[in-house]
Amino acid sequence: MGETITFWVLAVVSVAAALGLVFSRKAVYSALMLGVVMLSLAVLYAVQDAPFLAVVQIIVYTGAVMMLFLFVLMLVGVDSSDSLVETIKGQRFWAVVAGLGFAVLLAAGIGNAVIGAPTGLSGAVSADGGNVPALARLIFTRYVFAFEVTSALLITAALGAMVLAHRERSEPKPTQKDLSRARFLSGHPSPLPGPGTYARHNAIDMPALLPDGTVSELSVNRVIARHDVADGHLPDNPRLAQAIRKVAEGAVRTEQPKVVQAVAEAPEVPATAQEKPKAAQAAGTRADGPVEEEGK
Amino acid sequence: MTTHYLVLSALLFAIGGVGVLVRRNAIVVFMCVELMLNACNLAFVTFARQHGNLEGQIIAFFVMIVAAAEVVVGLAIIVTIFRTRRSASVDDANLLKY
Amino acid sequence: METAAEIVQHSGGVIGVSWLTIVLPLLGAAILLLGGRRTDRWGHLLGVAMSLASFVVAVLVFVELLGFGPDQRRRVVELYDFLPGGTIDVKMGLLLDPLSISFALLITGVGSLIHIYSIGYMAHDPNRRRFFAYLNLFIAAMLLLVLADNYLGLYVGWEGVGLASYLLIGFWQHKPSAAAAAKKAFIVNRVGDMGLALGIFVIFTTFGTVAFGPVMSGVPQASQGTLTLIGLALLLGACGKSAQLPLQSWLLDAMEGPTPVSALIHAATMVTAGVYLVVRSGPIYVGAPTAALVVTIVGVATLLAGAIIGTAKDDIKKALAGSTMSQIGYMMLAAGLGPVGYAFAIAHLIAHGFFKASMFLGAGSVMHAMNDEVDMRKFGGLASKMKITWITFGLGYLAIIGFPLLSGYWTKDGIIETAMEHNPILGWLAVIGAGITGFYMSRLFFMTFHGKPRWEKDVHPHESPAVMTWPLIILSIGSVFGGGFLIAGNRFMEFLAPAVGRPEEMPSFHPFSVTGLATLALVAVGVAYAWMRYGRAEVPAVAPRGSFLTVFARRDLYGDAINEALFMRPGQWLTRLAVYFDNRGVDGLVNGLAALIGGTSGRLRRVQTGFVRSYALSIFFGAALLVGAWFVVGNL
Repeated sequence: MGETITFWVLAVVSVAAALGLVFSRKAVYSALMLGVVMLSLAVLYAVQDAPFLAVVQIIVYTGAVMMLFLFVLMLVGVDSSDSLVETIKGQRFWAVVAGLGFAVLLAAGIGNAVIGAPTGLSGAVSADGGNVPALARLIFTRYVFAFEVTSALLITAALGAMVLAHRERSEPKPTQKDLSRARFLSGHPSPLPGPGTYARHNAIDMPALLPDGTVSELSVNRVIARHDVADGHLPDNPRLAQAIRKVAEGAVRTEQPKVVQAVAEAPEVPATAQEKPKAAQAAGTRADGPVEEEGK
Repeated sequence: MTTHYLVLSALLFAIGGVGVLVRRNAIVVFMCVELMLNACNLAFVTFARQHGNLEGQIIAFFVMIVAAAEVVVGLAIIVTIFRTRRSASVDDANLLKY
Repeated sequence: METAAEIVQHSGGVIGVSWLTIVLPLLGAAILLLGGRRTDRWGHLLGVAMSLASFVVAVLVFVELLGFGPDQRRRVVELYDFLPGGTIDVKMGLLLDPLSISFALLITGVGSLIHIYSIGYMAHDPNRRRFFAYLNLFIAAMLLLVLADNYLGLYVGWEGVGLASYLLIGFWQHKPSAAAAAKKAFIVNRVGDMGLALGIFVIFTTFGTVAFGPVMSGVPQASQGTLTLIGLALLLGACGKSAQLPLQSWLLDAMEGPTPVSALIHAATMVTAGVYLVVRSGPIYVGAPTAALVVTIVGVATLLAGAIIGTAKDDIKKALAGSTMSQIGYMMLAAGLGPVGYAFAIAHLIAHGFFKASMFLGAGSVMHAMNDEVDMRKFGGLASKMKITWITFGLGYLAIIGFPLLSGYWTKDGIIETAMEHNPILGWLAVIGAGITGFYMSRLFFMTFHGKPRWEKDVHPHESPAVMTWPLIILSIGSVFGGGFLIAGNRFMEFLAPAVGRPEEMPSFHPFSVTGLATLALVAVGVAYAWMRYGRAEVPAVAPRGSFLTVFARRDLYGDAINEALFMRPGQWLTRLAVYFDNRGVDGLVNGLAALIGGTSGRLRRVQTGFVRSYALSIFFGAALLVGAWFVVGNL
């Protein structure tokens, strides 16, 4: 009775989640729906005398595989949602026809089959004293070869993933000398001024005042300034407010120190467009905006 | 009861199949494939109990391993493709045709 | 009837080296052709020397042959194994008997005179050396044809003659008409050659050998049907080479070659080959009366056709060519009459060789004097300007029309008499042919040498050089006395008997038989009519349109038209049909199949859209279908 209730609850949940997986526009929702299906199935495994598999299902699938999925989703871009327009003519219709046909045929076949009461696994596992020892005996005796082969498969897969994801550097890594030179060439050998936190406000969105009393627009991060402008969260002092607005509009270019490559023959290469705006953090300055995707 | 589990398995498998066919985001397609694999696993586990035989669970175990490996390699491929094409749509990778 | 004498093996003596007659001219041709321009200066002399040397050898062989008794005069010289192997074992050898030596003497003798004449005639031709090379080749091939002791050797010579005639007729190959004439001669000859080849095949299957001796002795064992088949096949070959109906069309066009070539083809070689073949295969025709009858009919038809063609031609060489056709027709007629006629056929052939060579060379001499003009309507009155040519040509003319006691009189009269005894219809037709001969030869003679001069403006006729006139003189002596020497007292018949068999009774010569008188009368009428029309009267410079009959004759009795309508047109249709069938049927099937596959592939290839999801859809559908099929078949 308990199993029946569990089954019906989880069956409804898992089918609904599966449908959600297929039909949700955002990939992250799909991933979460998949997680729901997997957890439901884990419970169903547990109900059906497969505690080991239930645990493995949770650890490997919901834990590792789902993490991997989400990780890649984040990497590729969470906001990328599919357009709903089907580009291949008739694809959706025939897909639904095939899916329905497949499901109906299979269900009809299973429904027609005469299936007796389940034998149950208690007999099979009793000799080893439990599900896990029984599985272990099988894996390390009869299926040991397949098991070893899967280890090779996993290593190969890991290697393959590394090879696929790896990218060669197209230029040498900047040395400390390069970074130092870039910093002095940038016009700001010292770190950028900090926010005016200590002067009047206990917040990092306040511009600092320079010794001569002028407002330092370099002292505010542009992202923070934008949020301030968007939320109407500006200081009362019009000079400060004006400075924050200017930063938010991007009028003030916080100079990014350029890294000059350590080229022996050209010690005095001026900063040109060919230099990449990288290593800003190495120069000890705040990044202007989020760190851009590499290789852009 | 076995019948119910099997029908559930068939339903999940068909839904996963339809998902593979209609979705264009490669990652979602991948998820649907995983769904189909899980549906199979459910059938294996169900039959293991039906026949009182652990072999079904062993197979399900191996399916999980292979699925894990497959996900690793598949996602790496998706990342690689995304890096060069700025797109995760399976329809965009259609150069190999007539 | 007494059959031919046994063939005797021979070695040693001059007969043992009789192969020199063939090899010497062949060597000359090889030297001249391979030597190239280095031999230009003395090439013609070498050619003449080789031909003369061959003649000398032939004469020596002849003398040695005369040293044997009449029954010992058929001698075979084994040379080498021509085609050794299995059931075919052809030994190459030379058969020296009265028949072949007569031909050899004629070929080398007249051939040598033509060689000598050509020195003068071709003096200004830049390719004179090549001309002499071909002449030598011609002589060699013809000698092989008549001297070989088997049909296969004969066939080799036969084809050699065809090749040499092709090269010589087309010698001035820069003229399209000459090239076309050469091709025509070659192709028409091929038709005949096919007949000869078939005949040889049947001979081989019937007798198991191709050597003359065993074949002739085996004739009585063969069935008459087979013999008729062989006879007709050989006759087809003979018709091709001898320009007999229906394969006569090439002969008139062959006048495109230089005049000595015409003389050689008509007098000494080529056209005599057919007569030789029929006479040599005599026993076969004796065993197959039907084939022999066909031979006589062909002969009579050709002698009339040639004569009619000769009456209308204004081209001096073509008129002479018509007369050749006609005279060869006489020979064929005689050859078809059996052993009685063989001697007359060969005698007429030899006599004809003399007077026809004399006339052709004479015509060449006239042309030489008239700037290579061949239209007789532009001649006239040449008798006073070219005395030697006039006399020699006149003697040849008298000989051919059968002027009493000249060569043609003896030989042709013999043929007519024999034909009359054999079959009066054939005989009377031959008599009519003789009358027409009298007319057209007189026409030719009068138009050329008598009447008023109708020369073109800048023509200054003159006698030819000695190197050209001496051969004419020698030939005319032959044409005066040759026939009488051979026929009177059955001398030639006796000489030839060991080779061709002796007739039951030797024909006795009646100088004043009814037939002979009738012939003479008809010839006189012809000559008189020609004198009235062309000797005494004005000859128009442009040929009048003429009656239907004249046009008929002028157009070669529509021989070319018939050939075109019967063979060329259907052949073209057949070719077009085949091309159409090939284009539409065969190519259509192949191309259609390819297009079908290509088109289907072009459409099927669209299935490969590049969209993974399409492929996945088909896989999923397949899986669904499999489940369904399993459900239906296995009922799970």
